[in-house]
Amino acid sequence: MLTSGIILLSGGLLSPNPGLIFWTAVTFVIVLLILKQLAWGPIISALEEREKGIQSSIDRAHSAKDEAEAILRKNRELLAKADLESERIIREGKDYGEKLRQEMTEKAQAEAKKMITLAKEEIEQEKRRALDVLRNEVADLAIMGVEKIIKSSLDADTQKKIVDSMIQDLASKRN
Amino acid sequence: MKPVIVKQSKAFLKVLALCVPLLMNVDAPLFASPEQPVAAVHDSAAVMAGEAAASHEAEAHGAEAGHSDKPGEVIMHHILDSNVFAFEPFGEVHLPKIVIGGFDISITKHVVMMWLSAAIVLLVFGSVGSSYRKMTPKNAPKGLANAMEALVEFIRLDVAKSNIGPGYEKHLPYLLTVFFFILLCNVLGLVPYGATATGNVNVTLTLAVFTFFITQTASLKAHGIKGYLAHLTAGTHWSLWIIMIPIEIIGLFTKPFALTVRLFANMTAGHIVILSLIFISFILKSYIVAVAVSVPFSIFIYLLEIFVAFLQAFIFTMLSALFIGLATAHEGHEEHEAGVAHH
Repeated sequence: MLTSGIILLSGGLLSPNPGLIFWTAVTFVIVLLILKQLAWGPIISALEEREKGIQSSIDRAHSAKDEAEAILRKNRELLAKADLESERIIREGKDYGEKLRQEMTEKAQAEAKKMITLAKEEIEQEKRRALDVLRNEVADLAIMGVEKIIKSSLDADTQKKIVDSMIQDLASKRN
Repeated sequence: MKPVIVKQSKAFLKVLALCVPLLMNVDAPLFASPEQPVAAVHDSAAVMAGEAAASHEAEAHGAEAGHSDKPGEVIMHHILDSNVFAFEPFGEVHLPKIVIGGFDISITKHVVMMWLSAAIVLLVFGSVGSSYRKMTPKNAPKGLANAMEALVEFIRLDVAKSNIGPGYEKHLPYLLTVFFFILLCNVLGLVPYGATATGNVNVTLTLAVFTFFITQTASLKAHGIKGYLAHLTAGTHWSLWIIMIPIEIIGLFTKPFALTVRLFANMTAGHIVILSLIFISFILKSYIVAVAVSVPFSIFIYLLEIFVAFLQAFIFTMLSALFIGLATAHEGHEEHEAGVAHH
């Protein structure tokens, strides 16, 4: 055990070697500088560019999704609005039709009533006129009848009496 | 379930790691006495098995020349840095020694391995980077670029972004480089003839010092000098500062120290365990042990090492990101300021 320790120490496992330190430093710095120029620059910039590209495409996809969702929402809203609108229009049309029908019915009824009244009035008038004509006719007929009766029943004596009475009347009235 | 298994296997490893050096030491004196001249030759040549140098001695031992060394020395030779790159049966490559101004900056085995992993990282990410340069955001990545993208994206999001928070982009190149550099160094250590550069304390120390400087710079930038100094008092009463300030300053240095030791020890330990397991069969001179213990267990440890190679690269990066995140966190800063204003 002891000898192995001596071997380790005397063997120079930990002995400093300025030449090796110098060469390590020189080699490492040269490798670092060359690789920085030759490899790390392009590789890292390419990686970063790709990362950015991926990030931007993800962002773009997200924004496109949002946009599509917004459009869908808008479309749905529009559709709902259009539905409401059409319903309203139909209802209004129905209402209007109903109103129109009612109005027309009322108007027709009123017209009919008016016509009926007019007709009634006319009928009444005609009736009256007819009655007048009838009355005149009847009067004429009566007069003709009376004339005939009178003509047939009248004789000289009575006539004389009548005239006498009339003269007497007149005379009395003059007094 | 998996963490439990890992924990159990780690506990098992600990037991093994305790037993193996003991076994080695039991036998060491037996080997040591007849081999004194050989060991002397080996020390000067610093060759692992030393067939060529020890040929005159090897005659006596015949075919057993390979394990005539002290196992501990062989293991240490494998773990440690050296100026010789040995390709065991084919020969070896002597690496150039460079000394400038009294400093020995010679190219060693670990430097070569480091350069190799740096070259592989550069090659892979050069091609991946160019394919990304050609790519528009519309194309998907394919092949190598796609495979690397998963790792880069993991470091970017799960390590950097989640630990540092806003402004993580500034530290991303460092974290990515440190991850792939350490990963490649770890993995190349598992390749035959390879050596683990990250199993050398000097390498991990340098990397941890980078993290330390980046952390402190980020902290200074985020809070200013006043806020940075206020951090050192931890928002306590001034009478406690004499205790708190040293503790906080020690705390600054323990973080990179922990990073250094964690990576170095993990990478070294695995290799030591594998080699020790193999040496059990040589020490006991038994084929049964080799078949029943050494080979299966070392395969198991090897697989564990592959996992550890990734894990340690990840942990180093993760902790670096965590330290940077802690240093730049704004909530703590405001708390401290309020505390300072209160006193």
